[in-house]
Amino acid sequence: MPEAAIRIEQVDKRYVGRGREVVALDHVSLTIEEGEFVAFVGPSGCGKSTLLNMIAGIIPMTSGEIVHEGRQVASINRRVGYLTQADSVLPWRTVERNISLPLEYRGVPSTERQKRVEEMLALVDLRGFGKAFPKELSGGMRKRVALAQMLAYEPKTLLMDEPFGALDAQLKLVMQQQLLRIWQEHKKTIVFVTHDLAEAIALASRVVVFSGRPGRIKYIEQIDIPYPRDVFKVRFLPQFEAAYDNLWRELSPEIAKGEDL
Amino acid sequence: MQIDEGAAVGTSAPSKAVRDFEAGLVRRKVLVYVCQLAFGVFFLAFWQWASGRLIDPFFVSSPSAVFGKIYTWLLNGELVRHLSITLYATAIGFLIGSAIGFALGLLFGKFAFLAEVLDPYITALYSIPKLALAPLFIIWFGIGIESKIAVSASIVFFVVFLNTFSGVREVNPIYIHATQIMGASQWGVMRTVIIPSATAWVITGLKVSVPYALVGTVIGEFMSANRGIGFIIAQATGLFDTNSVFAGILILAVVGAIINGLLKVTEGWLLRWRS
Ligand SMILES: Nc1ncnc2c1ncn2[C@@H]1O[C@H](COP(=O)(O)OP(=O)(O)O)[C@@H](O)[C@H]1O
Ligand SMILES: [Mg+2]
Repeated sequence: MPEAAIRIEQVDKRYVGRGREVVALDHVSLTIEEGEFVAFVGPSGCGKSTLLNMIAGIIPMTSGEIVHEGRQVASINRRVGYLTQADSVLPWRTVERNISLPLEYRGVPSTERQKRVEEMLALVDLRGFGKAFPKELSGGMRKRVALAQMLAYEPKTLLMDEPFGALDAQLKLVMQQQLLRIWQEHKKTIVFVTHDLAEAIALASRVVVFSGRPGRIKYIEQIDIPYPRDVFKVRFLPQFEAAYDNLWRELSPEIAKGEDL
Repeated sequence: MQIDEGAAVGTSAPSKAVRDFEAGLVRRKVLVYVCQLAFGVFFLAFWQWASGRLIDPFFVSSPSAVFGKIYTWLLNGELVRHLSITLYATAIGFLIGSAIGFALGLLFGKFAFLAEVLDPYITALYSIPKLALAPLFIIWFGIGIESKIAVSASIVFFVVFLNTFSGVREVNPIYIHATQIMGASQWGVMRTVIIPSATAWVITGLKVSVPYALVGTVIGEFMSANRGIGFIIAQATGLFDTNSVFAGILILAVVGAIINGLLKVTEGWLLRWRS
């Protein structure tokens, strides 16, 4: 049996601070196969970002293990691309110099870098903004810069934390369609956090529902809509509605629980 | 959406409202310059008028005498001879002090434990008025240019060191993690994240320390020297030559203002990415 892309095994995460301890994740186990598109949904504060941070090797887990592409994650994981929830675009670099950053680190020659940057700018619909500084862009545009930066060096596994939350509805559809195309063409493995259930169903092959704090995997829905999908038209399919009903039934009590706290 | 974004970075042609707004800014700027010039002229005129009428020129000299003095020095080469040595000592002191301060600031910023252990000692050293070290430096390095360089370097060092240190501590860890995941080495993170992020702090430190470097050099020259603007002022004071004293002071003021202006332009350029 081939090794899974990401294997999460009995992972606990407790944040220990002065006089208090927050259980962010409680015994989470999940196996993500190569080429899968998995979406995480759950009430805010249930540990979705925490789990991505641990797959990326930014923070240590309290117990359990995560194995990515056959290697245990113990420190910074340079084999993933990570689009963080917080803005990570470097404000002192122009858009094009931000996008070329991972290529610079890899010693890609400058003419090749330039070519790649142009392709990426076109891909995220930011042509003409190469020379702008991040402060001149809107939040949604900066997210697209971060997306271009991540795609520029072609990591096989993409971790994306609410990437399209700041985009307006139409651009969101365009970007979702682009992402699906890239995922299919380049056979990537994607872990995608969102609070938009429709987005999760439209994109993912599996949707994982997390319970409110402490975060546990509560429910997993397989989405059997065949690819290639049209992110706009999938909404009208009966499978979409069925999946939405199932997921909402599992998710809504968790969200209500969160509001009680 | 496209149109909005275009306007946000000024890729489309500016509208009339934008042009009016910008013209207003320019008019105000011009008015400020004119008033500044008028103030300077008024001040010099009053000085010239008061000297000899209200106050004995022996004490306050006069603009004509001061500019006459500077003009004489310009012609006989004294100005260049003394000013160059002062500027040279300042520049070298500045370079040495800021290079060491920057390097140690980066190092301490990276090793938080070391910084915490040495913190009280650094604070103690910082509290010493650096000018009090001048006599010591003259004993160590002699009355030549080296002791002046040492004074200005020691002043610049602390300001740059402390600012670099704070700058490194202030770096947003998100940037460090994001670039590490993208494949940055230790040096890559240093070059593309820590140094640029600390630049805002460092440049502030440099801006504050350059005038101090000049002061340090001149004080060193007051105490013992045979060349430099500080030497001219000290010598003239001994001879009760107020004209030369004022001429020396004026030269220092102008040089200080020019250096500050250059630094402001550099700062604006280096920090053009900030809102
Ligand atoms: N650095 C931290 N220190 C302490 N608690 C944290 C830290 N980061 C996150 N938490 C807590 O862990 C829980 C999960 O956070 P997070 O992973 O950001 O949730 P989500 O992304 O699902 O909204 C939250 O209750 C949050 O307050
Ligand atoms: Mg989150």
